Amino acid sequence: MQSKYLIVGSSHAALEAATAIRLIDADGALTLLTRDARLPYSPTILPYVVSGRSQPDNVVLRDEAYFKDNKIAFVPGADVVALDPAQSRLRLASGETWQYERLLIATGAAPMLPKVAGLKDVPFHVLRSMDDAINLRQAIGQARSAIVLGAGLIGMHAAENMAKAKIAVTVVELQPHALAGYFEPKASAIIERTFARNGVTMLMGQTFQSVQRQGAGCLATLADGTTVAADLLLVCTGVKPNTGFLDASGIETDAGILVDDLMRTNLPNVWAAGDVAQARGFWGGKVVNGILPNAVEQGRIAGAGMADDAGVQPFPGAVPLNTYSFFGQQAISVGRSGGPGSEVAEGGSEDSYRHIVLKDGHLVGIATINDFVDAGIMWQLILRGTDLSPVKAEFIANPQLTGRRLMSQLWR
Amino acid sequence: MGKCFNTLQFHASRCDGCGDCMTACAQAKAQTDDRRYSRIQILPRTDGEGVELALCRQCADPICVMNCPSGALTKNADSGVIDWAGGKCVNCLLCTAGCSYAGIVYDAEVGHVTKCDQCDGDPACVKACPNEALEYRTAARIFNEYADMEDMFCRGLSACHGCNSELLIRHTMRMVGPDSVVACPPGCIPGMGTVGYNGQTGAKVPTFHSLLTNTATMLAGVKLQFKRKGREVTALALSGDGGTSDAGFQSVSGAAERNDPILFICVDNEGYMNTGMQSSGVTPYGSWTSTTPVGGEMQGKRTESKNLPIIMTMHNCSYVATASTAFLEDYYEKLKKAIEVAKTGMAYLHVHAPCPTGWRFPSGMTTEVCRMQVRTNFIALWEYDPANGLRFTHSVDKPQPVVDYLKMIGKYRHLSEKQVSHIQHTVDDKIAYLRQLTQVAAERRPVAAR
Repeated sequence: MQSKYLIVGSSHAALEAATAIRLIDADGALTLLTRDARLPYSPTILPYVVSGRSQPDNVVLRDEAYFKDNKIAFVPGADVVALDPAQSRLRLASGETWQYERLLIATGAAPMLPKVAGLKDVPFHVLRSMDDAINLRQAIGQARSAIVLGAGLIGMHAAENMAKAKIAVTVVELQPHALAGYFEPKASAIIERTFARNGVTMLMGQTFQSVQRQGAGCLATLADGTTVAADLLLVCTGVKPNTGFLDASGIETDAGILVDDLMRTNLPNVWAAGDVAQARGFWGGKVVNGILPNAVEQGRIAGAGMADDAGVQPFPGAVPLNTYSFFGQQAISVGRSGGPGSEVAEGGSEDSYRHIVLKDGHLVGIATINDFVDAGIMWQLILRGTDLSPVKAEFIANPQLTGRRLMSQLWR
Repeated sequence: MGKCFNTLQFHASRCDGCGDCMTACAQAKAQTDDRRYSRIQILPRTDGEGVELALCRQCADPICVMNCPSGALTKNADSGVIDWAGGKCVNCLLCTAGCSYAGIVYDAEVGHVTKCDQCDGDPACVKACPNEALEYRTAARIFNEYADMEDMFCRGLSACHGCNSELLIRHTMRMVGPDSVVACPPGCIPGMGTVGYNGQTGAKVPTFHSLLTNTATMLAGVKLQFKRKGREVTALALSGDGGTSDAGFQSVSGAAERNDPILFICVDNEGYMNTGMQSSGVTPYGSWTSTTPVGGEMQGKRTESKNLPIIMTMHNCSYVATASTAFLEDYYEKLKKAIEVAKTGMAYLHVHAPCPTGWRFPSGMTTEVCRMQVRTNFIALWEYDPANGLRFTHSVDKPQPVVDYLKMIGKYRHLSEKQVSHIQHTVDDKIAYLRQLTQVAAERRPVAAR
């Protein structure tokens, strides 16, 4: 089989690359290979499928008609096992091969399992695919108690859903605080308190020493020697890029596939984007920034480059960004929570929180809880390096209004 | 062809920040007068220089839609509006991370994001604006209706850079269609390739190069011959202002008086621009041309332009209108009427074509110059037919001073204050005269209706 443009993956980066290619090249053969058996969906939606808020067949990002109208071949159930860059060829588990002129690797990431004694012998769940979500939803229906190992976004979403389903939930997190990658300790503490108020046991700075089977569930022994038993175990200790099939390809990887600012890898005619890629960080270095808006932007850049779009814009660098709803509250975080030479302005009230980080008059980061700010505007103010000195006091007092006033005149 | 969509346009310079639009939006969308719930936000600039706008742009490449993991946001293929499906939304707020305009924001009161939906094509904010600072632009319809029609000219016509005649004749001929015959007297339009294009004609319909003096009569005869042969065609003249107002006038006047069934379009660039920028009968007072130079004796043209479209109304032919390519919706309405009228009587369209080469202004400014002609009342947009008389098709109230227009153009650069003031008076007088004609028409209408 062959395709001028070949994309491995079918989530945000892959889909936006396909859109960007079709803007320039309306007819060139374009194929999406994906391991999943389903129409494209977002990993971000999975916690909501677990809670029942979203139905698996109602969260499809592109349907058959879209692929037909845009002359895109969508090939589900295609498990790529090897890349031969010299021959410009991919091999699938089925033995089938695919020839490409331009290849995009947008294979995303898979759950990373911690090294815990006994884990391989206990039944546990992960949450990265639609099947995972459906399985977890069924298991929640039968469980009365649960342990969530890892207080990242997926773990916290799942813990909330389970608490709402009247399950006794314990969250175990190695870091001293929940969502440590996104929020500084004060914000995390507010989130943790909300969870505790809703009946979730939050064990921060804790980890599994070992785990063993107990009945249909498990019994975990923690680092401090205490034990926790549960009917259900969900492991959410982070993800790692899906690069296994590239081992013999000669592609350069570090934490992910290393790409330049146009999402090109070291191999000719091979691009990578999204959670699998390691690209420029806004504050230096190269980072895997596993967030949805990042995948969208990188996918667009890669697709434009693949189609020789003269208007392709280089990646400005990854900025951490997170919007998180929990128990009807909203937490928003854009950029960094601190850093050398920066000054912090804190605000908020009894039930809200605000943390603004500025350096030399420029916005470095902002995090809020129950204090809505436009994440897109804050992101732009960081990326553009907008000088906030003339409006610093106003910005600290009212970042939402001041941000809107600034961007409404700057966007041009 | 891709689809174009209606849009909300904000003219910051006309906005006084009264906020009536926000109140109207809050009332329409949240049943409250509290402007915080408005989906359109008028914001004072941080430098204190006027106001700006935060509003959903209904982007063509909407990042909010791309960032949506649930499929709750989609771009409506018919309306162009970014639709939000509440049933699918999971409140993740990632859409807000994709928007630089604060066009989609979280509303804690209702517990989900909200955004402008253009009130299903009837925006409350636009109706509430007392200053016309907000406009609901519907010109997308023109593109959607006409873009797929056949372009009746070959590619690569050699008009000067920035000339709006090519735009005009391509648009016009799309609507006139293939069942037509075109007459072009000497001037820019045949010069750019309409009649002479590598030994052929640039038009895809029969085209003849008439003389300056006989275009209208020759065309009327051709139309008659087609009729005798049993063929219904639109007989179209594409003429410059010289070929219409000066040497061509006796034949145009005769055709109008006989009400010959032709569509005569005068493309007015205020002189003989194709042959070296000589003055014509419609060149305005004060203009520099090669025959009305600026020097010790002369400071540009010393006499007034003759008001050719008004003269045409005096012939009582079936339809007369003025038009500007900066107001294409208006032009299309008039062209549609003119094509219909030209089946039985004479339709005359007078379209203004500022000339970057001969008038000396940057070629990228043509449409802005066209717009300023209308905004300053230097030209007025109106239409006339014998039954209904004359009526304005674009407001002539609250004009900008004519000097705002004059200073855009090189051929007026030498004008003294006295000359500018003279031109302002002439403009005011012309509008006053046209107003009188509209009043005459209003008084006479019931009689005509009988």
